[in-house]
Amino acid sequence: MEHAIWAEGLVRRFGDTTALDGVDLAVRPGTVLGLLGPNGAGKTTAVRILTTLLQPDAGRATVGGYDVVKEAHSARQLIGLTGQYAAVDETLTGVENLLFIGRLLGMPRPDARARAVELLGQFGLSDAANRAAKTYSGGMRRRLDLAASLVGRPQVLFLDEPTTGLDPRARIEVWDMVRDLLSSGVTVLLTTQYLEEADQLADEISVVDRGQVIARGTPEELKTKIGSQALEVRPVRSGDVDAVSALLGQLTQNKPELDGTTVRVPVPDASLLSTVVRELEERRIEVAELALRSASLDEVFLALTGHHAEDETEDVDAPEEEQS
Amino acid sequence: MTAATVTAPAPRRLPRHVSPVDGLKQTMTLAWRSLVSVKHNPFELLDLSIQPIMFVLLFTYVFGGAISGSPKEYVQFSLPGIIVQTVIFATLTTGVGLSTDLTKGVYDRLQSLPIARWSPLAGRILADMTKQVWAISLLIGVGMVIGYRVHGGITGLIGAYLILLIFFLAVSWTAVLIGVLVDNPEKVQIFGFVVVFPLTFASNAFVPATQMPGWLQAFVNVNPVTILSDAVRGLLNGTPAAWPVVQSLLWAVAITAVFAPIAVFRFKRRIG
Repeated sequence: MEHAIWAEGLVRRFGDTTALDGVDLAVRPGTVLGLLGPNGAGKTTAVRILTTLLQPDAGRATVGGYDVVKEAHSARQLIGLTGQYAAVDETLTGVENLLFIGRLLGMPRPDARARAVELLGQFGLSDAANRAAKTYSGGMRRRLDLAASLVGRPQVLFLDEPTTGLDPRARIEVWDMVRDLLSSGVTVLLTTQYLEEADQLADEISVVDRGQVIARGTPEELKTKIGSQALEVRPVRSGDVDAVSALLGQLTQNKPELDGTTVRVPVPDASLLSTVVRELEERRIEVAELALRSASLDEVFLALTGHHAEDETEDVDAPEEEQS
Repeated sequence: MTAATVTAPAPRRLPRHVSPVDGLKQTMTLAWRSLVSVKHNPFELLDLSIQPIMFVLLFTYVFGGAISGSPKEYVQFSLPGIIVQTVIFATLTTGVGLSTDLTKGVYDRLQSLPIARWSPLAGRILADMTKQVWAISLLIGVGMVIGYRVHGGITGLIGAYLILLIFFLAVSWTAVLIGVLVDNPEKVQIFGFVVVFPLTFASNAFVPATQMPGWLQAFVNVNPVTILSDAVRGLLNGTPAAWPVVQSLLWAVAITAVFAPIAVFRFKRRIG
């Protein structure tokens, strides 16, 4: 088995909407693939197909060498899924939530309980182990959900937007947990809307837009290609805007954008900053504001596709929407 | 299947199907999961116990004299009807629970596990049937305290439980269908009020049909709730029950034949 996750030409339509339009994926064992894209790009549809919850209209996929359609039951024995919505039973306690999954996986009761206690400890939930999950905070629920997907020690883990809706602190906690998991050798497919998250966790990133993979590579390659950061310069005199724009365009080989009198341009790394400052000084352009900040998903998309990463209005990731 | 097969590296040896025995074990585990929540949710227990008891006491002592001449006579007539009403209303909890699982993503998690495809649904219905046995027993117990007598003997008693559970199973398919169709568990409750409430009250569960206006009687006499009430009444009270029992079974078969395929079809579509 060369690839832990492999997919070729996956297509899935919901009515008139094409959620996936020929997606290829290949993830080597023990690595993390980040699927990066806006809402409605087809990320969740891809995850649902790979986790056997949905059948593709065309194409095929394997997980751990098992076909997700023809050998779904075998594939399910290898995977763990943490969905976009924390899928815990709110009326059960933390222990019970993990216990019943262990039992479903065929563990004897004492083993299932031991595994539950172990995981709750690992995810910092020991104190809340005997409280109903409905009393948990958003971050705690997400951690419990993550723990639930690990009960059977999966070889391949699917994390569908594991930090969406979490506050920054809880997000960093989840990142730390995911990094800990990686050291145990599992293969991870992670979907996210945040470039930073993919950058932090993924070995390789596939950028998805409108059901297609529009770019792929290591975070470094992608950042070089699209500029992971943006440089913003606002000259004091509005007459200098054109000169600043020309200078930044020439130095970065990217096309600057104007926002009022602020000139913004993607840059591959921070090393250009000193050159920019020196050049501005030489040309005696006085600067009111000069800032370097992380590129947003929108800027990544603009750089890759020429269009903004607008949220497609139909939520093609939710199949039930299509049935009403 | 053991935990070891999950962790084992995967040459082509993983089982490709779930054995029926494992499917049953998984059903039991999932039923346990639905029942254990009662422990943390005392309100559910209240709903399951206090509400039926209140119905028995209120109906018997508030309406009993007016309808049957005395509360004692009335409880002998109405208790089987109250049991039927409780059982039919309880099918809604199956729909609510299913809808909750579907909207909260719990179903996705269950479907991604190597378990029998039918076990989540079967587990939920098994749990709800267990709750039904509890509620029916409680109602008969309370009824006996205030003067109800089971004249049908042990055969009648067992027969009543069986016909109620068979009917519950049939009506569960409609609850499953509703649970799958709505996008929010609360809508199941609304459906309950709009459809199940009139259906149970426009029957002879609480009041003999002869006391109603003619146009209503026409409906009441064909209402399956009436027929089931007659069957349970006959079995428990030791009065003739054969024909209503047969009719009830036919209704159960008809409801299942119509709703089970639709429910399964919509269910499969909903979960992909």
